Amino acid sequence: MEHEDILHRCFRCGYCKLPGNYVDINCPAYLSFRFETYSPGGRMWLLRAWLDEKIPASKRFAEIMFSCATCGNCVEHCAFPEFRDRLLLAFTAGKEALLDAGQAPPAVRDYLTKVQLHGNPYGKSVKKSSQWMDGLEAEPFSDQEYLFFADDVGTYDPRGQEVARSVATLLKQAGISFGVITEALNSDGNDVKAIGETPLFEELAAKNIKILNQFNVKKIITLSPHSFNALKNDYPALGAQYQVFHYTQVLAFAMGNINFSSDNEDVTVAYHDPCYLGRHNTDYESARMMLRSVPGITLVEMDRNRKNALCCGGGGGNFFTDILSGGDGSSARVRVREAVEAGAQILAAACPMCAVMLEDAVKAENLDSKIQVQEVSEIVNQRL
Amino acid sequence: MTTDLITRLEKIVGPRFVSGAAEERYLYSMDQGTMPPSEPDVVVMPANTEEVQQVVRLANELKVPIVPMGAGLVLSGLTRALRGGIILDMKRMNHIIEVNPQSRYAVIEGGAAQGMLKSYLKKHHPQLKHSMPDAPPIATLAGNICIHGSGHLSVLGGSHSDMLTGMEVVLPSGEIVRTGSCSVAGEWFGRSPLPDLSGLFLGWSGTTGIVTKLGIKLFPSYKHNDVLVFVAEDADQMPDMISKLTSTQVAEDMTPWMTPKPDWAKGFLHINIAYGAHTKKELTFKRNLLQASVKKYIDDKVAGFLPLPAPQKGRFLQIPSPDLVRFADLRKGGGFEYVGAIMAIEHFPQAYRAGLEIAEKYNVSYSLGARIIGAGHSMMFFFAYAFNRADAEDVKRASDALEATNTAALAMGGIPWKAEQPAQQQIIDQMDPETFALMGRIRSVLDPNGIMNPGNWEK
Amino acid sequence: MNSIKFDPDVCVNCETIDCLMKCQYVSFKDVAEARDEKLKINDGKDSRVLEECLTCYACQEYCPVDNNPFFLLVERQEEKGFLPAPRPIIEEQLRMMAPKGRIAKETVSGPVVDMCAFPMLTGCVRGKLFEGASTIVGTDIFCNIMWLHFAKNSTIRERVPEMIDNIMSFYLADADTNELVCFHDECYGTYTSVADAYGINVPFKPIHQFDYYNQRLDVLKDKITPINAKIVYQRPCSNRLCPQTDPVLDEIFEKIGAERVPRKYDRANALCCGGVPRAHQRDELADELVDKNINDMLSVGATYCVFNCPFCMATLGQEVAEQGLMPILVSDLVQIALGD
Ligand SMILES: Cc1cc2nc3c(=O)[nH]c(=O)nc-3n(C[C@H](O)[C@H](O)[C@H](O)COP(=O)(O)OP(=O)(O)OC[C@H]3O[C@@H](n4cnc5c(N)ncnc54)[C@H](O)[C@@H]3O)c2cc1C
Ligand code: SF4
Ligand code: SF4
Ligand code: SF4
Ligand code: SF4
Repeated sequence: MEHEDILHRCFRCGYCKLPGNYVDINCPAYLSFRFETYSPGGRMWLLRAWLDEKIPASKRFAEIMFSCATCGNCVEHCAFPEFRDRLLLAFTAGKEALLDAGQAPPAVRDYLTKVQLHGNPYGKSVKKSSQWMDGLEAEPFSDQEYLFFADDVGTYDPRGQEVARSVATLLKQAGISFGVITEALNSDGNDVKAIGETPLFEELAAKNIKILNQFNVKKIITLSPHSFNALKNDYPALGAQYQVFHYTQVLAFAMGNINFSSDNEDVTVAYHDPCYLGRHNTDYESARMMLRSVPGITLVEMDRNRKNALCCGGGGGNFFTDILSGGDGSSARVRVREAVEAGAQILAAACPMCAVMLEDAVKAENLDSKIQVQEVSEIVNQRL
Repeated sequence: MTTDLITRLEKIVGPRFVSGAAEERYLYSMDQGTMPPSEPDVVVMPANTEEVQQVVRLANELKVPIVPMGAGLVLSGLTRALRGGIILDMKRMNHIIEVNPQSRYAVIEGGAAQGMLKSYLKKHHPQLKHSMPDAPPIATLAGNICIHGSGHLSVLGGSHSDMLTGMEVVLPSGEIVRTGSCSVAGEWFGRSPLPDLSGLFLGWSGTTGIVTKLGIKLFPSYKHNDVLVFVAEDADQMPDMISKLTSTQVAEDMTPWMTPKPDWAKGFLHINIAYGAHTKKELTFKRNLLQASVKKYIDDKVAGFLPLPAPQKGRFLQIPSPDLVRFADLRKGGGFEYVGAIMAIEHFPQAYRAGLEIAEKYNVSYSLGARIIGAGHSMMFFFAYAFNRADAEDVKRASDALEATNTAALAMGGIPWKAEQPAQQQIIDQMDPETFALMGRIRSVLDPNGIMNPGNWEK
Repeated sequence: MNSIKFDPDVCVNCETIDCLMKCQYVSFKDVAEARDEKLKINDGKDSRVLEECLTCYACQEYCPVDNNPFFLLVERQEEKGFLPAPRPIIEEQLRMMAPKGRIAKETVSGPVVDMCAFPMLTGCVRGKLFEGASTIVGTDIFCNIMWLHFAKNSTIRERVPEMIDNIMSFYLADADTNELVCFHDECYGTYTSVADAYGINVPFKPIHQFDYYNQRLDVLKDKITPINAKIVYQRPCSNRLCPQTDPVLDEIFEKIGAERVPRKYDRANALCCGGVPRAHQRDELADELVDKNINDMLSVGATYCVFNCPFCMATLGQEVAEQGLMPILVSDLVQIALGD
């Protein structure tokens, strides 16, 4: 297994369980299950034990490994410099080893099979991939400045589609020149890679790159921070050469082009940093810049923000596999409670997965009357 | 039996929080130190006192051992299930129940973490703080107080068990008792003037009951904080220097340290002195008091304060300090353990030399240091040895060095703190037999079935 | 061992004893007393100056005939075994700053910028100002001038030639230049003033950072956006070894539109930042120096407090910022004007 050499170096001190300000548990898997085994340190030691044949490859062990939401909190807060940069790589390598050993949990297998067969985890035909644009006059990509990349959730998930439409609408409002490619693109593969299925990721990426190159794409705006991460950080190694932006990064600097209505009600908004935009790519400001430019919005911060943000629990494929779910300790539920405590009326998401995860959590917590989850462009669009 | 146990435990805390799986049995069988693994049959995570009570009653009924555990960071293997049974991971009970800013105490649950209380106070009561140990921030207050821990306010307030103001405890026989003022009055202000029953649970390594709530003293949090690093060259002068510095009654924390790394520090003895003040003027005044107290040594040019510009002090002002944790990465092998021996200050030179000798004899990577407890009333002198857990020989070397250190510490009049099971034996051998006999009588009254963390403090 | 270059007869005939009479930290009744003490120092006798000296380097500048009074004073301190700081403090710093042999041959090309022992400052070398520059850094090329503060001329004699040798053999020997731009004022002082007085051969040509900036600003004239701000300047001890660079700084400030507001403790009257007295365990004196400096800066009204020496900035920076002035290094101020 790759990175096997660092497993025994983990001291299991647990700095990685917490955010930098120690407010509360910040590893979504540990938060949900609470056994030491589900903490980053527990994973390290168990992987070592498995490789040493001290524990068998059980269903539970697979659940432990695949419950990691790849949120990067452990990487950010582990006490050992340098070593920590390899933590998530080791976890991914561990998952890869489990996949190779045929030990993936059924939900993971299903997820990967669907992606393998259909190019997306919804098992939908790519023919349906233009559905999300219904009612939106989006131009097919030709020579516009940007390609807008809507990813799986934006393309196939009903709520994700709303978000994608909203973002595209706002991009138009802001005068951004963009087009879309339908019917051909596959999943960006970010979460497939995080789950440890690197060959499939490479296959998906290669197909996407081929199409993007055919269209002569130079600049890409992604809907999802997950796509942003894959396209920006992983595609170049496979020969891609695009300038990649998350939509908040383009819009943050185009807010001046937007006219707001004069009778907006005052509202308090807390912004939830998505892991793949924040910790993984250190952009904590673009979405906040957007929100700050909207009249009537007061931005409040949750105790856990920026580097310390608590993941919604949807990363690492968990959005689809649901291994983390369950209990009032699920991180999405803890997160919405935190937002209410911070005095927010709206919890702003900048990722379609976060939006779905957090909305479900608001329902599960019966907090509908106190807080509403909205994606950033939706908040803006409602105030035009 | 185990299946029955698990099913019944699941009824108490819910199936999500019980596990008899190989993964949990493996991981909870050991800690980060050198003690050999010892597996529990099951790990349970209660959510409240009532659940703890029910688990204890069940353990009595089935005569199954039960081991309370906080973060399991004690390093000396005290949360291993020496006779199997249940490990009670307390960390779901992590609420901060009450803060009384006027009488300066907090009441927290038995699994609340140091870091969480720190963060809570910073947000809700920025004028208050508690004494943090340098243990990783997930360490629990209960685990730390139960072992007589010490930390960043220990010069000011003594050991952390001295800062305890009362407890709620589930006894080994299942009753819930309260100690301290909360057993009589509504407030948790202190342990006097009552017969002090808290002592029944302090220093017993989880063999007398399970702490489900506790009260802890809080102290003023200062706007201005500083640390001085005093450097000396002669260990024989350290006890007097410590006395002089503590005599000013200004320091919150004093931690001598002697390490061979970085190279420049080797052979020198340092004392970090942390203090704070509400105003800059007051801070300067306190600094002057500290400096004046050791003027003789400065004038003799044998010791002095390191000139550290403000940006370089940041590292020394971090609470908890991650430096000790990082010591575990010294051999790129994720391991260290230390003997912390509580002893009189005058043994400092002896302890220092013994540490150097042992480190040389066993060829281990070492870090020596101490934390002063009270106004120079005693100290916790630590001898830390790093090891590579992937290298059995290296682990053995560290383990041998630790054993030799326990022996040396006892010989010089120190008492190993949070002693490993073998070190407990060494302490018992040296203990007044009547004292040990009394411990046994108390335990048999509290725990007629002998279920609480058996294997500890036994002959 | 080379002795310090100095001529006792010049002092015997000196009428003003400026070196001591102008000293801001040791006081004398009159010239006669100062002369008395100076001659004691020269003759290798005990003098209270050896103990009271703050090691501010200023007398090096005050002596009108460059008779190296300060270097000689340090020589005498060491000969007499006087320790300006406690032994362990000196000893630990000697070890911290010792050459570690962690140096490897590297191809560098001009301008080669010597960052002394401070890797955290290499980020300052950027933009148009330093276009094409190579940096060299580390304790193996540390200028070692700090030992003047600790009565350790012996260390200077031992280590400086080794550093010079390292600079040559690891970097400059095969480079396209024989010039070394000293980012740190102290390095320049070492390779000019100290080397000259101690008889140490310097095979390369040290260039002071100010001379470098001044010349670059002429080249980049079109790129300058004047700062139009008032600044106060904290002149460091090391600049006493190269007072000729102070007017160059004026030219720089003028070119970038920074107004060096006159303050009491500037130029020849510059006051120690307070860093060294702390090492000497004279914290109360250091506090006083900090206060005097800050109050003086505040009294004239400025936006920036400009530092030449990174150590002064570490000592005073936080306090300066708390008082509402922006602490900044000369190079960074120039970078602002150049838009980098
Ligand atoms: C890097 C590092 C630095 C450290 N620095 C310090 C320091 O500065 N000061 C210091 O004091 N310690 C220090 N420690 C030691 C130790 O980690 C701490 O004392 C820590 O607070 C112990 O808490 P825990 O939750 O990990 O306790 P655990 O290890 O879980 O338990 C300790 C003991 O208490 C018992 N126990 C735990 N919870 C309960 C409960 N609720 N009821 C009854 N019994 C219970 C356990 O059975 C065990 O015997 C350090 C450790 C490390 C690894
Ligand atoms: S991953 Fe890092 S922070 Fe977490 S337990 Fe291991 S060493 Fe500690
Ligand atoms: S990446 Fe996030 S979920 Fe995964 S182990 Fe680290 S902190 Fe936990
Ligand atoms: S050093 Fe210079 S100023 Fe001092 S006495 Fe000699 S000649 Fe005069
Ligand atoms: S170095 Fe400074 S303090 Fe010392 S004698 Fe010279 S001028 Fe005075």
